[in-house]
Amino acid sequence: SITGACGAIQKLTRVRVVDNSSLGNTPYHRPPKCIHVYNKTGVGKVGDTILLAIKGEKKKALIVGHKMPGPTMTPRFDSNNVVLIEDNGNPIGTRIKTPIPYILRQREGEFSKVLAIARNFV
Amino acid sequence: RINSDGKPAKFQPPPKPVIIDKQKQREERRFLSPEFIPPRGRTDPLKFYIERKDMIQRRKVFNIPEFYVGHILAVTTADPYANEKTNRFVGICIQRGGKGLGATFVLRNVIEDQGVEICYELYSPRIQAIEVLKLEKRLDDNLMYLRDALPEYSTFDMNMKPVSRLEHEEIPVNKLQVRMKPKPWSKRWERPKYNVKGIKFELPEKKMKEAQKWSRPWLEFDMLREYDTSKIEEKIWKEVSEELKK
Repeated sequence: SITGACGAIQKLTRVRVVDNSSLGNTPYHRPPKCIHVYNKTGVGKVGDTILLAIKGEKKKALIVGHKMPGPTMTPRFDSNNVVLIEDNGNPIGTRIKTPIPYILRQREGEFSKVLAIARNFV
Repeated sequence: RINSDGKPAKFQPPPKPVIIDKQKQREERRFLSPEFIPPRGRTDPLKFYIERKDMIQRRKVFNIPEFYVGHILAVTTADPYANEKTNRFVGICIQRGGKGLGATFVLRNVIEDQGVEICYELYSPRIQAIEVLKLEKRLDDNLMYLRDALPEYSTFDMNMKPVSRLEHEEIPVNKLQVRMKPKPWSKRWERPKYNVKGIKFELPEKKMKEAQKWSRPWLEFDMLREYDTSKIEEKIWKEVSEELKK
């Protein structure tokens, strides 16, 4: 995306879908944008769910990495990465090539299916 | 001795052996890690003394090698959420910040077309090993512009083997001029404020001249901004080397 300033994910941020789902990878004249963050504060960090607007549809997604520097020893990615998810937590794609931070393993219960399709960890 | 002509040849004395006395020629290369030097301010030097004692204590237990910005390092940390509880990351050091025990360094690498940067704390007990894979100084102190450079300059293989290096040799300076992605960049690296020497600017002359408008040549003569660290460094070097030899 073209945003210059560093920031975690909030409403109207353009995001990059990282899994190999058809919804995320087919080109569209508008980039996928965040419409709502499921958090008390409107700011989404790694491991938060957000509502995404892709190709005129609303879809939930999980944040796997953002440009904003977090706590030390955690990775900071060069783009805001997101994995498309259903309402019950099942990922839509079948493979995730980009690296995923190890911190997501802390909540193994909710994200076990997403972590199962991930290939690289950082 | 008789020549091929038959006449006696002139006496040639044997060549004198050249003795290279390595003991004398080897100048001890001192390296004091930049986080030992206290920042300029009005804090009590006792605080820095106590911090230095703690830093030396940690260095006795765990070896922190000498490294500069531009070296390629492999760091293994203890991670409770990783397989085998350890996490290994290879990357180029882009920045060394912080003083005292909170000293940090940022490693950057590009994995599967995704740029990843991790900020590690030097004295954190979670770090289990730091290996220097390639010793190479760059032209700058701060390689933050690698974020706007083409990704090939930040990609390093995770299973890279350490490049062997002879001791007591100068650390080589890599005069690589990095090519950038098209503008816009995260910071305007052409401006003299950043004093970047390692970029090959392919901008038109007009833009370069316009960028020089923001230069502040009076800053280097400003006496209030002077901070001469040579004497402080000498004292701290003596202290640190004595403590580490014990």
